[in-house]
Amino acid sequence: MLALCGAHGALYGQAQKWLRYRLQNRIGAQQRAGAILTMYRIRFHGRGGQGMKTASRILGMAFFLEGYEIQDAPRYGAERRGAPIFAYVRADDQPIFERGIITHPDLVVVADDSLVPVPAAGVLGGVDQHTVLLINSDQSAETWQRRLNLDSRIISLPAETIERDELRFIGATCTGAAARLLGVIKRVSLEYAIEQELADLSDAVIEQNLSRALLAYDCMKRNQACVQPVADTEADAYTRPDWIDLPFDDARIAAPDIHAAANSVQIKTGLWRTLRPVIDYERCNRCWWVCSTFCPDGAIKVDGKTPLIDYDHCKGCMVCVAQCPPHAIEAIPEEVAQQQDAEQETIR
Amino acid sequence: MRRILLTGNGAAAWGARLAATDYIPAFPITPQTEIIETIADWIDQDEMDARMVTMESEHSMITAAAAAAASGIRVFSATSSQGLLYAMEMLYTVSGWRAPFVLVNVSRGLASPITLEPDHNDVMAARDSGFLQIHCSTCQEVLDSTLMAFRLAEHEHIRLPVIVNMDGFYLSFTREPVEIPQAADIKHFVGDYDAENVRFRASAPVSQAVAVLGGAPYSYFRYETHMAAQNGLRVYDELSTAFAEQFGRTYSAIDAYRCDDADIVLVMLGSFATKARAAVDRLRAAGHTIGLLRPRLLRPFPVEQFRNLLAGKAGVAVIDQNLSMGMGGVLHAELAGALYGDAHAPSRLLSFIGGLGGRDISLEEFYRIAEVTRTAVDEQRTPPPRLLYTEQELREMRKLQAVASVERDELNNNGKLSRD
Ligand code: SF4
Ligand code: SF4
Repeated sequence: MLALCGAHGALYGQAQKWLRYRLQNRIGAQQRAGAILTMYRIRFHGRGGQGMKTASRILGMAFFLEGYEIQDAPRYGAERRGAPIFAYVRADDQPIFERGIITHPDLVVVADDSLVPVPAAGVLGGVDQHTVLLINSDQSAETWQRRLNLDSRIISLPAETIERDELRFIGATCTGAAARLLGVIKRVSLEYAIEQELADLSDAVIEQNLSRALLAYDCMKRNQACVQPVADTEADAYTRPDWIDLPFDDARIAAPDIHAAANSVQIKTGLWRTLRPVIDYERCNRCWWVCSTFCPDGAIKVDGKTPLIDYDHCKGCMVCVAQCPPHAIEAIPEEVAQQQDAEQETIR
Repeated sequence: MRRILLTGNGAAAWGARLAATDYIPAFPITPQTEIIETIADWIDQDEMDARMVTMESEHSMITAAAAAAASGIRVFSATSSQGLLYAMEMLYTVSGWRAPFVLVNVSRGLASPITLEPDHNDVMAARDSGFLQIHCSTCQEVLDSTLMAFRLAEHEHIRLPVIVNMDGFYLSFTREPVEIPQAADIKHFVGDYDAENVRFRASAPVSQAVAVLGGAPYSYFRYETHMAAQNGLRVYDELSTAFAEQFGRTYSAIDAYRCDDADIVLVMLGSFATKARAAVDRLRAAGHTIGLLRPRLLRPFPVEQFRNLLAGKAGVAVIDQNLSMGMGGVLHAELAGALYGDAHAPSRLLSFIGGLGGRDISLEEFYRIAEVTRTAVDEQRTPPPRLLYTEQELREMRKLQAVASVERDELNNNGKLSRD
């Protein structure tokens, strides 16, 4: 592997372990050979910065180690951190020719439950009764079942698996759980996949991810192999696409223009935030320009000399935190900040 | 030989590395950037012995690539979309220099409106430039085609730059298992670049790319370039045979899938064609005699091979992931040109436009395309070109337009839907 040829001496041992493992374990897919239409389709939903691309890659690698043909890919637009993104994995014992967005997922993994009600995130797209939904949430599976009123099986990632301050490992946790739900990935493959995909990180970080992922894998024992692939729509019994003849529109309608003024204000990009910058006004020396100038979203306004953060539009990029000369801006996980808000609200 | 997981971008970088590229002028653009980042990393870590220079634009990048190639060294570069268009003046210019190099284009739809997702209008704009074009459908193919492209470009009967095209996102950011051939095997296959007399050295001045006065000398040079491009057909076939012998993977100029006994044939370029292939398998399972042709070579255009492969077929559906405004699908028109007047040409040649800006083409849409083509054959009537768009998509578009505060009254009056 590429990463292993590099300067990571510590990984040399891992590389050898991995090679030995590959030789001993080229069995998974062959055992299933002969079956047709056995493609697994998995979609990960999260926010930019939550490691969904890495999560999909770990799962893809784990499948690959099991002898599957795989395809994994992230999907995002120009905005990254905090914006809803998704990634997907396909795995089959045959070469994969299907491409692009997964419209009928067997498993949907939701790393951030605040995305479920966001239409643009498309979390529930193509979900039907065969789809398993794995949601990282404080709410129980029953609550989600009631709230969404779906026939699908919903599994809530158990609270004991993740503590809130460990959200940065959420990708690994989700992958560990997903691997168990699929039922065809051995614990050891998950382990090697994580070592492979995180090879550029420090041993300590790899270790932390490993322990989270394996804990999640173990927690999901009861639900082992609950995800089952389904056959595609057959060519002689399909619903015709609702094609239309596109009507001609005048340029005043059909040019890609936005006529309303200042409409970007209406999009609450603050919802994308995973970390919240909070100004400690005791420490802020009212330099008045550093944070407001550096904020790439113009989300800091200066009132007299006092900086005010517009949380409706602050995306939590942490540029201000890094730039403030007296270190007066603190980064607080959004979840924690929201809890504090709620407590204050109650006190009031 | 190792089989590892690689993105299309990673595969392109491996192609440049294994071909022992000497020089890489670069300029970043989404979704191509990962290619030059990967190569830059290798050079930094002494894993690749090459020189990379980041230029101030794609226009300069192509100029530098060709100038370096004209000095007799092996050159690789990569771009996408607006970048390719920004370089367009130089694309046309440098092919006339007859300086061979390889340019990977990661297809991305063109502005306006701006998008990051793929279609082929960018690479189609380079269609008449004198660059040869190879279109890929898998990450493995990106690596293998990059290697083949060097030999094609540098061949003594061609000496033209070659574009290797892959789709943004669908290949560029998608990981698949890819076999990395042994460096020694590659060395044997790609060989060294012998520039012969098309070579510029400090000690031996040459005036390259001179001006001409009058149409006759101008025509001479243009005709010669055209003939060199056409030689690409024969050379490509030799190359793909040699490649198959050495590496066991076959890449014909046109990839024909289940076409022998097919009476309906889909024609499609690039990575979306693998979706068509998946649909063909399912249609076959339901008893339809259908196949798929996927041209890998777009320039030179394999006219004879198309004629042979489509001889006697009943109906052909060309699915273009590009749109020539005011005309339609480019591949459709090219194929019509290739088939016209041929005694055995299929009588129904249908046109579908889809996949613009990464718009998905669903399995059901492929089924429907097959059905429409079958009906056209049965009724002996060719329907007008279809721009793939669903009622649902238009409804969502209307919602966006409402959000954008487009003149709502106009929408209410003119926005009536007519059904297919
Ligand atoms: S710079 Fe600070 S205030 Fe501005 S978007 Fe980033 S985190 Fe928010
Ligand atoms: S940069 Fe820091 S010190 Fe300056 S105004 Fe902002 S918070 Fe205050």
